[in-house]
Amino acid sequence: MNEFPRWKYALVVVALLFGFLYALPNLYPKEPAVQISANRGFTVDVALKEKAQGILETKKIAFKSVELDGERLLVRLASTEVQGTAAAVLREELGEGYTAALNLASTVPHWLTAIYAHSMPLGLDLQGGVHFLMEVDQKAVLEKQETQYSEEIAQVARDKKIPGVSVSRTPQGIVAVARSAADRDRLAVEVGKIAPELQISNGNSTDSAFSLNVKISEAKLREISRDTIRQNVGTLRNRISSLGEPVIAQQGDSRIVVELPGVQDTALAKTLLGATATLEWHAVDPASMTLAPEVARGTAAAPADARLLLHRNSGQPYLLKKKTIVTGDDLINATSMPDPTSGTPAVSMKLNAKGGQRMLDFTMGNVGKPMAVVYTERIPEVKMVDGKEVRTSRTKEEIISVATIQGVFGPQFQTTGLESMKEASELALLLKAGSLAAPVDIVEERVIGPSLGADNIGKGVFAVILAVILVVVFVAIYYKLFGLIADVGLLLNLVLLVAILSIFGATLTLPGIAGIVLTLGMAIDANVLICERIREELRNGSTPMAAISRGYDKAWATILDANVTHLIAAFGLMAFGSGPIKGFAITLAIGIVTSMFTSVMVTHVLVGLVFGGRRVKTLSV
Amino acid sequence: MELFKSESNVDFMAWRKPSLIISAILCVLAVAIVFVRGLDYGLDFEGGAMIEVHYKEPAEIADIRSSLDAAGFAGAVVQSLGSPVDYAIRIKPHHEGGEAAETAGTSEAKATTNKIAAEVLTALTKSRSDVTIKRSEFVGASVGEELREQGLVAVLFVILGIMAYLWMRFEWRFAVAAVASEIHDTLITVGIFALTGREFDLPALAAVLSVVGYSINDKVVVFDRVREIFRASRKGEPYEILNRSINSTMSRTIMTGLTTSLAVGTLYFVGGPALENFGLIMLIGIFVGTLSSVFFANPILLWLGVSKQDLMPRTKEDPELAARP
Repeated sequence: MNEFPRWKYALVVVALLFGFLYALPNLYPKEPAVQISANRGFTVDVALKEKAQGILETKKIAFKSVELDGERLLVRLASTEVQGTAAAVLREELGEGYTAALNLASTVPHWLTAIYAHSMPLGLDLQGGVHFLMEVDQKAVLEKQETQYSEEIAQVARDKKIPGVSVSRTPQGIVAVARSAADRDRLAVEVGKIAPELQISNGNSTDSAFSLNVKISEAKLREISRDTIRQNVGTLRNRISSLGEPVIAQQGDSRIVVELPGVQDTALAKTLLGATATLEWHAVDPASMTLAPEVARGTAAAPADARLLLHRNSGQPYLLKKKTIVTGDDLINATSMPDPTSGTPAVSMKLNAKGGQRMLDFTMGNVGKPMAVVYTERIPEVKMVDGKEVRTSRTKEEIISVATIQGVFGPQFQTTGLESMKEASELALLLKAGSLAAPVDIVEERVIGPSLGADNIGKGVFAVILAVILVVVFVAIYYKLFGLIADVGLLLNLVLLVAILSIFGATLTLPGIAGIVLTLGMAIDANVLICERIREELRNGSTPMAAISRGYDKAWATILDANVTHLIAAFGLMAFGSGPIKGFAITLAIGIVTSMFTSVMVTHVLVGLVFGGRRVKTLSV
Repeated sequence: MELFKSESNVDFMAWRKPSLIISAILCVLAVAIVFVRGLDYGLDFEGGAMIEVHYKEPAEIADIRSSLDAAGFAGAVVQSLGSPVDYAIRIKPHHEGGEAAETAGTSEAKATTNKIAAEVLTALTKSRSDVTIKRSEFVGASVGEELREQGLVAVLFVILGIMAYLWMRFEWRFAVAAVASEIHDTLITVGIFALTGREFDLPALAAVLSVVGYSINDKVVVFDRVREIFRASRKGEPYEILNRSINSTMSRTIMTGLTTSLAVGTLYFVGGPALENFGLIMLIGIFVGTLSSVFFANPILLWLGVSKQDLMPRTKEDPELAARP
């Protein structure tokens, strides 16, 4: 009754082999490296490898190896001290076409990586990582706000039928010019009604031009800048949450600090972080088809409320309304996929509530008319002026998509009519990259050490090992042979848990390790339940073999209920929690599942092997 | 070896009235403590001053830590910044009473940061005079506000999910009793932790969530026995059956409590500052959770009027039992 079919033994053996194999990479430490990847229009090849090698040799920087790894070049170094200098030298010598980023390279042997066995990256607390400091462009935020207010003031003038009002932005703020003093006063009152946060005062006036100076109040400006940074922090968090357990926080009044634990691909992180584009949806001017080419040639003037932009791919000119429907910071997500009805490539987009409402309002009156997405990219430039570094940037505005509005829609919609799936996925990527409230520039990149001191890490690791040993010894003393079997199950559980976490690419932090220990402590519960049941059965007069069989039987129902409820808790945290909580919940959930396997099935099989076929009079439990 | 005599039959249910009253009082006290005293949220949740220092000659990170410790900045985080002469120091400002937390970018935050930076410089120059401050700024919370909202949604979802499962597998009374004890255990654990005045950081939050998991595990084991004995008994006298269930699962309750406490106790006593909080909260949680399985969850079950008829299986065989390995 305690013997099993062959497949059960086979399953246990296979699971254990799998566990050991995929947990193994964690025994290989990482080494400092510099990773070089190509920007658009450049390639990483053997020539680059030789060039990098040459640069390092002439600069007398010691390196372990330079290797081509797919689309990147990896320069391995002996210590973290030379890592910084090596990266700086390579960045300077290779020029604009390449990104040189600090990295920690894996030393896992090739036969393991070939079966996708990787080690778990260590968290910021244990190993440190890469530190980026990013500056939010406050000037761009102000410009955007002023443009928006200018449009609103012009709209008020049109709505309230105040004739001949012209609105322009000056370095001192917005200036609106009306034809008479009465018109000017009326405009001031109306603007004050819709935007009480604006400071309105009378400016210079001549016989026919009465100007109004409009300024955004200090308090409002502070609020706008605070909101912008908060939004950017949120967006960046979404973008890079897939890269281990990052830390993202606001620093000072206009900076954002991002820290990534020794990530695999720092260049990817940099592209994700540094994609400093913004997006805007605009209506296409009805006259665009005929007028746009003429405006582009310079033979006609654009209407006052429209401007000329070119399409990124085709170069075709379009006249777009200046008024913005929705901006990129309202975009929650964009994904490329085939259109469910026609199967053609499409990009599905989701806006937040505010953006959804605006889109709904706009599409209600504009079905059948074209709408365009404008992509504004910032290209940072560092120039030397009088021996000082001056950071400037130029902006490039392009249309990335023009589509006809097929019906009324709100927050969820899709763009079809794209040429290929590749184009669709590129558009989705661009859309996602553009969902920042304000442009940001990476102003600093450094390697940071672990946030925990070496002695604290040592204490923590010692405690974790001691905890496991104590539990193992205690269980063995209390339940004797059955305790020993439970211990074997427990250690296999640890191996399996580490293996699965490594496959998932979970980041290992000290609290995470504590979570693993706790999972082990609780996994013993299943064996306690089984052993107590066996003892009970023995007391009730069952024969040893029957006691084992019934003990496992009855305990299983309890173990199942207890673990399923526990699993519900873990799933809840996994689905709704974010960042560190999510990581913790994943560890918990995996631990529950592996513990059900090791503490019930594996120990039962072991018990079967020990007692199978023998007649036993007493049980050591 | 036995920790709890197998033939014991302690009348736990006789203490149900005082124990329920004590539990209720403790819950109210815990809520009061958390609201009045508040939790001392750590750097992760509130942010703090970030000071970058530069040394002319290479410095040891351990020396910087001990200088800061000596000056009373106990929870300071010191990290090297790429080279042995540059370090980043993070310190949480101390709040007096119910003062609101600073947000990065405000003038109050700037003032606090400057004050801390000046104090740090004095502390560091005591041992090394070649130190200068490169930059000092207030860094906001690394755990977003959305975590608090999402956390609440997550907790609600967990409660509903557990209730639904127990309702299906057992009966509504069990679902209610389990969730009530869950809330009871979490509240009291957080309340006791707040009393210690320790900093509530991310590991602490993880520990609280683990307490939830441990506690539900413990309740379900006893409930399972309650159901089993009800189904097997002829008379089905609830008072008697609840007592027998508690007694017959007692050695398991103690044993599991002990092994888990052994693990987390080690983390608390020798784990150092990084694991202390996690270990402590778990220790409190296991203690509270074990007691509430006996003195809170079961009395509630009796009070709600659990009976044999409600627990008889609708199908002859339990499908989950048949599917066991």
